[in-house]
Amino acid sequence: MLAFVPRPVAELPWQIILITVAIAGFGVIVLYSAAGGSVSPWAGIHALRFVVFLTMALVIRLFSENFVKWATFPAYAVFAVLLLLVELAGAVKGGSQRWIELGFIRLQPSEFMKPLVVLAIARFYEMLPIGQARSWSAIWPPLVLIGVPWFLVMTQPDLGTSIAVMTGGVTVMFLAGVPLRLFVGAGLAGAAFIPFAFFFLLKEYQQNRVLTFLDPESDPLGTGYHISQSKIAIGSGGIGGKGYLQGSQSHLDYLPEGHTDFVFATMAEEWGLIGGLFVIVMFGLLLRWATMVSLNAPSRFGKLAGGGLTMVIFFYIAINLLMVMGLAPVVGIPLPFLSYGGSSMMTIMICIGLLMGIERNTRQNGGAGRLAP
Amino acid sequence: MLRPGKLITRNSLNITFNRRTMLIGGAQGLVGAILAGRMAYISIVENERYKMLSESNRVNLTLIPPRRGWIIDRNGKPLANNKADFRVDLIPQRVRDVEGTISQLGNILKMTPDAIDDLRAAMKDARGLQPVPVASGLTYEDFAALSVRLPDLPGVAPQRGFSRQYPTGAAVGHLLGYVGIANAEEYEENKNPLLITPGFKIGKDGLEKYFEPQLQGKPGARKVEVTARGKIVRELGVQEDVPGKPLKLTIDGGLQEFVARRMGRESGAAAVIDCQTGGILAFSSMPSFDPNSFSDGIGRLEYAMLSQDERVPLLNKATRGLYPPGSTLKPMAAVACLQHGVDPEETVNCPGGYRLGNRFYQCLGRHGPVNMVRAIEKSCNTYFYAQAHRLGYDKIAMVAREMGLGEDFDLAGLNQRYGTIPDSEWKMRKYKQAWTASDSLNAVIGQGYVIVNPLQLAVMTARLASGRKLYPHLIPDDKVAPTLPYPPEHLAVAQLGMAQVVSQGTAARSKLPLDGIAMAGKTGTAQVRGFGSGSRGGAGVPWKYRDHGLFVCFAPVEQPLYAAAVVIEHGLGGSRAAAPVAKDFMTYMFDPQKAMDSLLAMEAAWGGDIQQRMAAEFALFRARAEGRVPEAPSEEAAD
Repeated sequence: MLAFVPRPVAELPWQIILITVAIAGFGVIVLYSAAGGSVSPWAGIHALRFVVFLTMALVIRLFSENFVKWATFPAYAVFAVLLLLVELAGAVKGGSQRWIELGFIRLQPSEFMKPLVVLAIARFYEMLPIGQARSWSAIWPPLVLIGVPWFLVMTQPDLGTSIAVMTGGVTVMFLAGVPLRLFVGAGLAGAAFIPFAFFFLLKEYQQNRVLTFLDPESDPLGTGYHISQSKIAIGSGGIGGKGYLQGSQSHLDYLPEGHTDFVFATMAEEWGLIGGLFVIVMFGLLLRWATMVSLNAPSRFGKLAGGGLTMVIFFYIAINLLMVMGLAPVVGIPLPFLSYGGSSMMTIMICIGLLMGIERNTRQNGGAGRLAP
Repeated sequence: MLRPGKLITRNSLNITFNRRTMLIGGAQGLVGAILAGRMAYISIVENERYKMLSESNRVNLTLIPPRRGWIIDRNGKPLANNKADFRVDLIPQRVRDVEGTISQLGNILKMTPDAIDDLRAAMKDARGLQPVPVASGLTYEDFAALSVRLPDLPGVAPQRGFSRQYPTGAAVGHLLGYVGIANAEEYEENKNPLLITPGFKIGKDGLEKYFEPQLQGKPGARKVEVTARGKIVRELGVQEDVPGKPLKLTIDGGLQEFVARRMGRESGAAAVIDCQTGGILAFSSMPSFDPNSFSDGIGRLEYAMLSQDERVPLLNKATRGLYPPGSTLKPMAAVACLQHGVDPEETVNCPGGYRLGNRFYQCLGRHGPVNMVRAIEKSCNTYFYAQAHRLGYDKIAMVAREMGLGEDFDLAGLNQRYGTIPDSEWKMRKYKQAWTASDSLNAVIGQGYVIVNPLQLAVMTARLASGRKLYPHLIPDDKVAPTLPYPPEHLAVAQLGMAQVVSQGTAARSKLPLDGIAMAGKTGTAQVRGFGSGSRGGAGVPWKYRDHGLFVCFAPVEQPLYAAAVVIEHGLGGSRAAAPVAKDFMTYMFDPQKAMDSLLAMEAAWGGDIQQRMAAEFALFRARAEGRVPEAPSEEAAD
């Protein structure tokens, strides 16, 4: 760093900040086009939110690891209760309810649960005596920690988030050294469970989405419409795209949710394969950074939390992109930094803030066992 | 313990962690590679396909129905043309609330209750994209009022276009047919999208149907950019339609209309043929239907009125009405006699009938000794009974067929019933019975088994008058008809007899009111009740049992230009009902003004022209259907 840059500024994790600014900045450009060439209603707010949440992430970065560890279980408990309240409110009002109206903000507890489950399980394994790392007592408490929020979110019902919660938690268990054969066994059991879940846990619209995914031609005007229009938008963009502000699929409303879940298709129509590869590469860099952070972390908590948080971020990106390209069912998971929407950006930024904190902690401790970035 | 015995240390956990992190990282990288590959596949390999899909999303191609080719008469006057029109259709598939849409349309367009009922019934049977016509001929104000409310009325398709118009209405109904919206079966045949374009119509009957390929034309197209919700963003281009080719007929439009109007309140048919070419000049069956109403999609009530009318307006009587021709065949029979050596000057005594065995066949009068010309002039049955008895009918039947009777003509799109000219072989085949002398007697005066259509009578007359084997046709051609295989002096006898019918015989009251132009003709009265049942069909019996009146004629006598046949159903007699009609339209051919003046006077007495009378009839029918007027006592009871 240049000598005249003050130390706190120089020490900021510029690499990751630049990556997120690049993706979110591109998001602003895409949302400007999605609104038909207008800052309102999406592009301006998106930029503003990004600044706010990036600032929040930089603040989270400053939390000491001890503070994070201390706060993990109480925070987990609070949000588990909030999830329950949401569930009860939904039961009273009828229909599915996902947030608590706090007046000034809509609080969606399931969003906070994604990083919190990861932190809680990482904290649990840190506290677990090393000798028990492969015992039953290393398995059932994390399953409870995952299971409670998973069940509450699943019954909201929010299929995407419940899978995200589970994926983050299970990843931490995997990284903590739980025997591999358990995962294989659980995988088989899960496969056996799928028919049950499909018929008894999913609501009809969710079942339709899965069926449509398996056979998109069966319902070209209903649920399959999303996927076919998304593929048309991406495919018609070609290598170089139709040109900025020239996307007919998004501007003429053929592409549903073109500013939220299907923002990648909006982008790809106008920027083509080049724009798509840019986004994929930037996300690749972000995940590589996050993976390095967890590998380099000196503490077990830092390692496990870092790995789990990386998976949460990856989960968003992968599921969304698989969905818009017709490789996964429509589950309503937004694309980080590109999709318009506050909750998901907040969740991702909490994850990134925590990862930045782990990285800062690593640096302060001299980077024990540090691998080359 | 899951795997006892293996030592777990912080270090071994770290190694596991690193390994597994690498595994996850690798898996993530793999997913990234799959995504990049998938995207490259969609956007490079499948680019063409998706580009096309994207274009077909964005660009909406609306067909512009082609203007239909005009149908014009021999002088270029339109018998069917197109008028600029504001119209509204409903596209069933896009209508969300059928009841609500119909009632709103009813309000905006001020539709009558039975029109709304018709629309409701039509919507019940409608499926898919097949347009259901709501109204046409809207004023600009109604059209504009509707266009403003379109966003709330999905499935309503207002359109500016052209619609078929028949300026003379009912006068050309049976001649031209009509047009209409293609039905589901017609669309299923080749799925031509033009067929379900609102405002597009195809020929459904008559010439309109037969000449559909020529009249149809090529549709234009309007390319517009539309949003997913169907809102038009901008127009990308318009390709004009290519109108269908005009169809020229041999018809004389003025005569066609005059004949139809002159038929007045009678039920009947008439055909006029050009004696030089065989071209059909007029071709009328009355009462008729208004092809304008049919082309707009006829209302149920109006259709009910037409189909319940005992005068059968939906039947083309000129080609599909079969009548015993009565005495109109006598000139033809005379030619047959001459052909077989009968001396025209030879006389037969008419004591008021002819005895055959123990039966006495009536004549209409006691004519005394009559020769051939006089027998025609006075329509003496006895003379022809005697000749038919002598020659046998088979010989006369051959001449009848040569004259076009019993023949199915090659006439574009006109469905004919060609009737019967009987002979002994026919009777044996049909009834397994031998021909009798009595059959010959009945047949020679156009009764018994003989049954023909009015067009055939006109053709027979045209051939008698011209001496050539003319073929009736509607599309002008240059073919020269061959001469008939009869010496001109034989035909001259028949022509002279017919001239005397008008100058001093049975149709003497129907001389043309013109200087120097005379008409020749032959009356005929055909019994509806079985011949010989004893009861004549005179004025004292119900309408439907009264005799048909027939008349065949040509003019001018010396140099025939026009030949015609008229049948007035239940008109009591040829001289009384049919000949005056022929007289008037023949007059029209030479002095239109004079003929028109006398027609207007008659129409005033009949209660207006065809359109006014049909409107009045419909109003009465509607009132009866709605129970506002009690059923009128039937004509039978009144008589």
